[in-house]
Amino acid sequence: MTTDRKILAYRRENGRVGVRNHVIILPVDDISNAACEAVANNIKGTLGLPHAYGRLQFGEDLELFFRTMIGTGSNPNVAAAVVIGIEPGWTQRIVDGIAKTGKPVAGFSIEGQGDIATVAQASVKAKEFVQWASELQRTECDFSELYISVKCGESDTTTGLASCPTVGNVIDKHCAIGGTASFGETTELTGAEHIVAAKAANESVRQQFMAAFDDYQKLVFGEKTNDLSESQPTKGNIAGGLTTIEEKALGNVEKLGKKTRFVGCLKPGEAPTGSGLWFMDTSSAAAEAVTLWAASGAVVHLFPTGQGNVIGNPIEPVIKLSGNPKTVVAMKDHIDLDVAPILQGEMTLDEAGDALIEMIVRTANGRLTAAEALGHREFVMTKLYRSA
Amino acid sequence: MIHFLVHDPADTVGVAVVDLAAGADVNGRDLSNNETLTAKTVEEIPLGHKLALRDFSVGDTVIKYGCEIGKVVAPIQAGQHVHVHNLKTKRWA
Repeated sequence: MTTDRKILAYRRENGRVGVRNHVIILPVDDISNAACEAVANNIKGTLGLPHAYGRLQFGEDLELFFRTMIGTGSNPNVAAAVVIGIEPGWTQRIVDGIAKTGKPVAGFSIEGQGDIATVAQASVKAKEFVQWASELQRTECDFSELYISVKCGESDTTTGLASCPTVGNVIDKHCAIGGTASFGETTELTGAEHIVAAKAANESVRQQFMAAFDDYQKLVFGEKTNDLSESQPTKGNIAGGLTTIEEKALGNVEKLGKKTRFVGCLKPGEAPTGSGLWFMDTSSAAAEAVTLWAASGAVVHLFPTGQGNVIGNPIEPVIKLSGNPKTVVAMKDHIDLDVAPILQGEMTLDEAGDALIEMIVRTANGRLTAAEALGHREFVMTKLYRSA
Repeated sequence: MIHFLVHDPADTVGVAVVDLAAGADVNGRDLSNNETLTAKTVEEIPLGHKLALRDFSVGDTVIKYGCEIGKVVAPIQAGQHVHVHNLKTKRWA
């Protein structure tokens, strides 16, 4: 069904396709949040992205920090970026990284002049960017040009019966026409890792996946104080009928589809280098994981939920679907697509997949998701360990 | 009406897709082959929760999706509710 679908989207300077047109005000560090929020308040139509980190990080954790910052600014859903940091060095490193996409980006640093002067300078540039971006037009693009990320949350047993296999159906259709997609949630594959490993495109990819999986298991065993009940599965998962991590994982991997093989493994926030399905090593916490996918360039996220997770993301629209007939009523404010009729055999997976594709097209064309309309903009950076 | 679903013919539990009353004769479907199944509940099982399709002893392994989902830690009889009170993970224990 996707083969002849077109969308109306923004083609960026580097040829990539975005479905939103954000002008972001990006702080390099926690102490620059106030200036960024002031600029975002001054200039309407801009999007401030305050976060908690960026000082005294080092090693792999610092690399992940820069990858997330530069990746967020480089996402095709971002038209232009204003970057504000306490000092010029790391600010410029992020500006230079984003500038490789060819999009407008400008950096400002606070040290030596204070917040008020910085906010004034950055506001002038932000106003220029937002007025420029407001005149950009959507153009016809191919559905297959969308980079789609997938992750479920507040899962229950209906997730594995209906909403996750619906996403799997879309993954099969999208990857069959040369689309790009990514899944992750490394710990949440526990009990189904053999199924994921068997879906690797070749032995090298399988080994990379198992190395990432084993590494995360070591972290769990090193830090755990119980069997993780109430964390993984969560209290919400348990209320919804999921009992063990194995059961949750087996439902989770229904999102991978029936036919698709994954072609590579990505570090957290790392961009895919080609089309097809990619594994990304992520936490299973929704806001953290979706922030990493947005940093990797994903422009639409598919989010199956059973009990009703409310997450959104400032950069990529999060489309929520549920197969729980109670949730689609009780949490209807948050659900974009109801696939509960699958449970009674009143809707096939193929029909549900096509309905989800239709919702992706509408979202790509500009329809606000429930999370966008409700103002969910969870921007949560992943941190690997304590700062220096 | 379908009362419960299973993912695979090897599954030893089903998932209630409506709230099930105690002592009810219930109809199920296997998603992998569309076969119809029947069972009788011995206690209430809420929508989304698991129904034992056979008796289990402590130490038995429960199968869903054709795969292991954990070990039985309290005896379970067919028709009972299977959840955290009688089933635990084998992985992070």
